[in-house]
Amino acid sequence: MSGVRLLRFLAQRLAKIVVLMVAIVIINFLLIHAAPGDPASVMAGQSGTADERYMQQLRQQFGLDKPLPTQLWIYLKHVAVLDLGKSHRLQRPVADLILERLPATLLLTGTAFVLAIATGIASGAMAARRVGTAADSLITTLSLVFYCTPLFWVGLLLVLLFSVTLNWLPSFGMGTVGANLSGMAAVLDVVPYLVLPALTLGLFYMAIYARLTRSSTLEVADLDFVKTARAKGVDEGRIMRRHILRNALLPVITLAGIQVGHLIGGSILVETVFAWPGIGTLAFEALLSRDYEMLLGVFLCTSVLVMLFNLITDLLYLVVDPRVELA
Amino acid sequence: MKGFLRAFFRNRGALAGLVILALAFLLALSAPLLFPFSPWDMQGAPFMSPGEMGFLLGSDSLGRDVAAGIAYGAPVSLIIGAVSTAVALVIGVSLGAFAGYAGGAVDDAMMRFTEFFQTIPSFVLAIVLVAIFKPSLASIVIAIAVVSWPPVARVARAEFLSLRNREFVQAAEVLGRSRLVIIFREILPNALSPIIVLASLMVASAILLESALSFLGLGDPNRMSWGFMIGAGRSVIRMAWWMSVFPGLAIFLTVLALNLVGEGLNDALNPRIAHRRAAT
Repeated sequence: MSGVRLLRFLAQRLAKIVVLMVAIVIINFLLIHAAPGDPASVMAGQSGTADERYMQQLRQQFGLDKPLPTQLWIYLKHVAVLDLGKSHRLQRPVADLILERLPATLLLTGTAFVLAIATGIASGAMAARRVGTAADSLITTLSLVFYCTPLFWVGLLLVLLFSVTLNWLPSFGMGTVGANLSGMAAVLDVVPYLVLPALTLGLFYMAIYARLTRSSTLEVADLDFVKTARAKGVDEGRIMRRHILRNALLPVITLAGIQVGHLIGGSILVETVFAWPGIGTLAFEALLSRDYEMLLGVFLCTSVLVMLFNLITDLLYLVVDPRVELA
Repeated sequence: MKGFLRAFFRNRGALAGLVILALAFLLALSAPLLFPFSPWDMQGAPFMSPGEMGFLLGSDSLGRDVAAGIAYGAPVSLIIGAVSTAVALVIGVSLGAFAGYAGGAVDDAMMRFTEFFQTIPSFVLAIVLVAIFKPSLASIVIAIAVVSWPPVARVARAEFLSLRNREFVQAAEVLGRSRLVIIFREILPNALSPIIVLASLMVASAILLESALSFLGLGDPNRMSWGFMIGAGRSVIRMAWWMSVFPGLAIFLTVLALNLVGEGLNDALNPRIAHRRAAT
């Protein structure tokens, strides 16, 4: 693949991301105006305690006395320089707060995603290879069960088992309070705190990937080129790895790319259950205090994250399937 | 029809799902008979474990009956699941039908629009919508519908694309039937079976979504709901596990039942697209 074409592809995708971002900013703007009540009081949180001077400042800053298109233009200009407004609860810029919490969310969703993909594909392939046996039914049943269980409830059950009853793992936070560690010790300190949240978030997606890998593997295993490979005397393990799985994984990658948005949404629930200090907890706290500017900031930021992940999936596609053309 | 029923009832999973679903409906209808008091009222001492003081499933931190809460939460979950799915079907089928029938630039534009809604994180959008328009049955239903119509539009579009050049459609066009009549009277009935399967699975995910919203405190404040009960029991899970375990079990069983029924419908209606199910 030529470098020029790759660059053109990346430029096209980035342009698309910018267009989508503008669309989301417009949605945010419309939501503020569609909400019952004065836009300034919506942004100030309608907590009743918002002082008149602050509201006045908001009205002036966003030109709320001007016609709607002008207001939209002012709003877009603010967002373009990453000014997402101020959290009235914490009295700090929304963009700063989100950037501060982002690494924790990325760590949690990233771990859950890798866990879900790896175990999902492995168990799905195993089920397909032993189709009709007890192992297959076990994997199929388990993935149906996890698919139907509310995420936050799984989290609570895991806490009940591993924290309350067995006392093996901590049930909330992200590191020992006041331990003040640095370097490797700090990293190792986070690991036990990460296990339960990542497992909770990962199980649901593992179920989906396992179901899809199983059906897609069974479908590919029936195709002619697999019979040819078998007739040539290629051994079964190699057929599975090189011939079947490589083709069967394409729909799984597609779905994984589509579902990243889901995964990030799910992290709001999991972070709430485990008090994990990411943007999910930030969103939950914003909900409790009606901090709408904060909430809309989280919405914009998670949407951007999803688009970036989608871009990564597209690039991954190129690696797995060399036949795919850059469009 | 007879063949369909036989195929559906031969599937033991689907049958079990149907039984569980019937029990959930029964519970929802008989809640006022089984528990002739408000689920919000104190009925005894707080934190009674299951079986104590006549509480079948225990009492919560305010002495309310957990079993009554589950019974009164059943209609809320079922109604929100069904109505939001119906709204999403109306949006999705109309958009998908017009896109697939019109083709060309209209199709392109509508699919871009659908793609946009699939890209944005749906749960976050649902939270924002309910929070800004204040939690109520209506705002929850709308929020769930707004985030769940895109798969319907895609399926409807695919069906319409493949059906619109068939002879019976051409015949209707030659006869001078109007577009609306062709779309809704000629093509739609032939495109229904994948949409029906999708709908049953959508009710399941709508119930999951509703429980997640009310868990975060975005439920209708006047209705008891399963997600709200789990949210309320979360902070006291060390001393009262039953407060969050039983409502969660209710959600799990209902969603499982709907999925089993959906799979049964799928196998009975169109074995050909059985693999598409996992992708939606």
